[in-house]
Amino acid sequence: MTTTLQPPAAPAASAPDGPPARTPRRVGFGSKLSAWDLKLSPYLYISPFFILFLVTGLFPILYTGVISFMDWDQIRGSGTFVGFDQYAYVLSQPAFWDALRNTFSIFVLSTVPQLLFAVFIAAMLDQNIRAKTLWRMGVLVPYVMAPVAVALIFSNMFGDQYGIVNTLLGRIGLPGVGWHSDTFASHIAIATMVNFRWTGYNTLILLAAMQAVPREYYEAATVDGAGKVRQFFSITLPSLKPTLIFVIITSTIGGLQIFDEPRMFDQGGTGGSNNQWLTISLYLYKLGWGEWNFGRAAALAWILFLIILVIGALNLFISRSLVRDEGTRDGLTRAQRRAAARATKQRVAAESTGKGARS
Amino acid sequence: MKSRALRRVALAAAVASTSALVLAGCSGGGGAAAGSSDEEVTLTVATFNDFGYTDELLNAYTAEHPNVKIVHNRAAKSNDARANYFQKLGKSGLADIEAIEVDWLPEVMKYSDLLAPVPDDLKSRWLDWKVKAATDPSGNLVGYGTDIGPEAICYRSDLFEAAGLPSEPADVAAALQGDWSKYFEMGDKYVAATGKPFFDSASSVYQGMINQVEAAYENPDSGEITATTNPEVKKIYTETLDASKTQSAHFEQWSTDWYAGMANGAFATLSCPGWMLTQIEGNAPEVSGWKIADVFPNGGGNWGGSYLTVPANGPHVAEAQALADWLTSPEQQVKFFQQAGTFPSQVDALKSTDLLDAKNAYFNDAPIGEIFTNRANAVTVTPFKGQYYFQVNDAMSKALLRVDQNTQDAQTSWDQWVSQVEAIG
Repeated sequence: MTTTLQPPAAPAASAPDGPPARTPRRVGFGSKLSAWDLKLSPYLYISPFFILFLVTGLFPILYTGVISFMDWDQIRGSGTFVGFDQYAYVLSQPAFWDALRNTFSIFVLSTVPQLLFAVFIAAMLDQNIRAKTLWRMGVLVPYVMAPVAVALIFSNMFGDQYGIVNTLLGRIGLPGVGWHSDTFASHIAIATMVNFRWTGYNTLILLAAMQAVPREYYEAATVDGAGKVRQFFSITLPSLKPTLIFVIITSTIGGLQIFDEPRMFDQGGTGGSNNQWLTISLYLYKLGWGEWNFGRAAALAWILFLIILVIGALNLFISRSLVRDEGTRDGLTRAQRRAAARATKQRVAAESTGKGARS
Repeated sequence: MKSRALRRVALAAAVASTSALVLAGCSGGGGAAAGSSDEEVTLTVATFNDFGYTDELLNAYTAEHPNVKIVHNRAAKSNDARANYFQKLGKSGLADIEAIEVDWLPEVMKYSDLLAPVPDDLKSRWLDWKVKAATDPSGNLVGYGTDIGPEAICYRSDLFEAAGLPSEPADVAAALQGDWSKYFEMGDKYVAATGKPFFDSASSVYQGMINQVEAAYENPDSGEITATTNPEVKKIYTETLDASKTQSAHFEQWSTDWYAGMANGAFATLSCPGWMLTQIEGNAPEVSGWKIADVFPNGGGNWGGSYLTVPANGPHVAEAQALADWLTSPEQQVKFFQQAGTFPSQVDALKSTDLLDAKNAYFNDAPIGEIFTNRANAVTVTPFKGQYYFQVNDAMSKALLRVDQNTQDAQTSWDQWVSQVEAIG
């Protein structure tokens, strides 16, 4: 693209040779007001979001930051400064590391199958099927259900002794699984709830992206003799990359903050007898609302914030390189492309200085 | 031009609506003054589980006080109520009357100054130890005692019969007279005869035993945590888990499986404070074999019980106190007992013939009034529960569950509990 770029031709009308003779104007209050209007209105129009963010977003974040350095009594709203003690406490707790492990395990178990299913279902919905809208709305139904309701139903299904899943396993002669005692089993059970709820949501986003792929590509591929599978891997999937990245990032943020499903997985909601399904958000809740230690909870909140920042940066890095890859249909390596870009830049620079000398 | 005119109109409208909001806010804030007894007031009462506060019974108060409207909010579990309580205590948003449970009473007592004290003339209404637990260092009683949880043994008579054990309440009571070893002996016989578990979980047996220890987890004088070094705790832990190996159904208390087990005959006995009766009846409505034996191993035990508190910053403190007074009066408490099995903590209620004559149809017409009065009289030890009791005990029930579920052996689980308790504070 850059090679074909020309310096924009200077519009003749707006660039006269000399300063124009100003027509005398009466500068009234009205026109001053309209000048301000022009300058300020856009800021005013976008300000509600930022004011709301300052009040409901930034202030709590900073307030949490202050509390995290204190031994805080939430009920009386007072505390004493203790420095980094709360951070040290949280990081020294085995429960924190259990929570970190569980969070990532549940995240992987829920994101990977979820996206695989979503891509598959979206590809199916992208075909010529009857009652398209019905099917498309159908996949969104689980998303509309309240997470707590989903969690309640699923935790009944995953009961250790009278759950429907273990009963079915027993029917086919398999031993029951300790959904509430085995760490990995509990992660699978929770990931199932997450997948149930979010697969349809991601499917619709991916479907929208698939519909944006020009149909000519498929026609050309069909003419060239490519089958459906080949078309999917050579046309659909590459075109989906930017959307996939978006979906991956949103799933990551959601996955790291997972709370409802593990909270509702048993009656106490404290993450299992041996922290089997204690996630970071759940541990945060336990510290804050179980032990009433808001200093520690605030410190953990900041640690979670930093973890999300790191993962977010990682995502950004990966997604950038992926997006750049998407444009490489010219068969050049990165070094070659850079060299070409440099050459173009030099040529443009030379041209513009030459032009400057001319005028 | 057109758009500018529109913009001006919009601006004027915005200013007008903002000032309207401000004015509305001001007038709303002005109406909070405490009203006289004739003023229309709405009182909210927040409870959990089942306090027996049915609309019919609450209507009796509204009939006497036509200006009062009562809104009853009921949380499913005490943990939900606890989170809500501490989140809002000292701020706003609590109900006019809030129920609290004895297990988190120690945490509440740290903030006793935020609660309206119970009038002095009512103090003689309750059992001594019920009053003592809710009195702060400056002598203010801050909780209106509702119920206590004297424990009996509920058992499945049909399963007992099938196992060749005595099945009539009097015979079971006689057989269980003595300490916990009698209970575990009976359990061994039951397991040997049927191959099925005798009790629900290690935690519930542990609960019964630890509530018979005077100072299990903390030193009453210094408040120091002594749980990990107290030999009695270790002894109860070991005894429970030894028996649990063969006799426990390995449920987690309050789990859906546990509730299902009540109906499925998954276990034959259950520690039964008065409030447990509605739990059993509600979850096993079709089982006819549940009966109550007037006995509890090692004497008496108290499990749970609640108080009503009146947050001092509520809008209608005086009216709320009047209602709390009524709700915890001996006459009303007897009615709530008949309704939900919540055993009264009032001296007069315990002498009431209505209470003594109370029977429960579900439990084969068990004379529950008489049984639980006997059980209450058998309680000799009032366990001390300090401000860390809830956390230590919660960690302990998880430690027991780990062994019960075969995740860890007893020693590993104990060590893990010790390190958890050491991190508390």
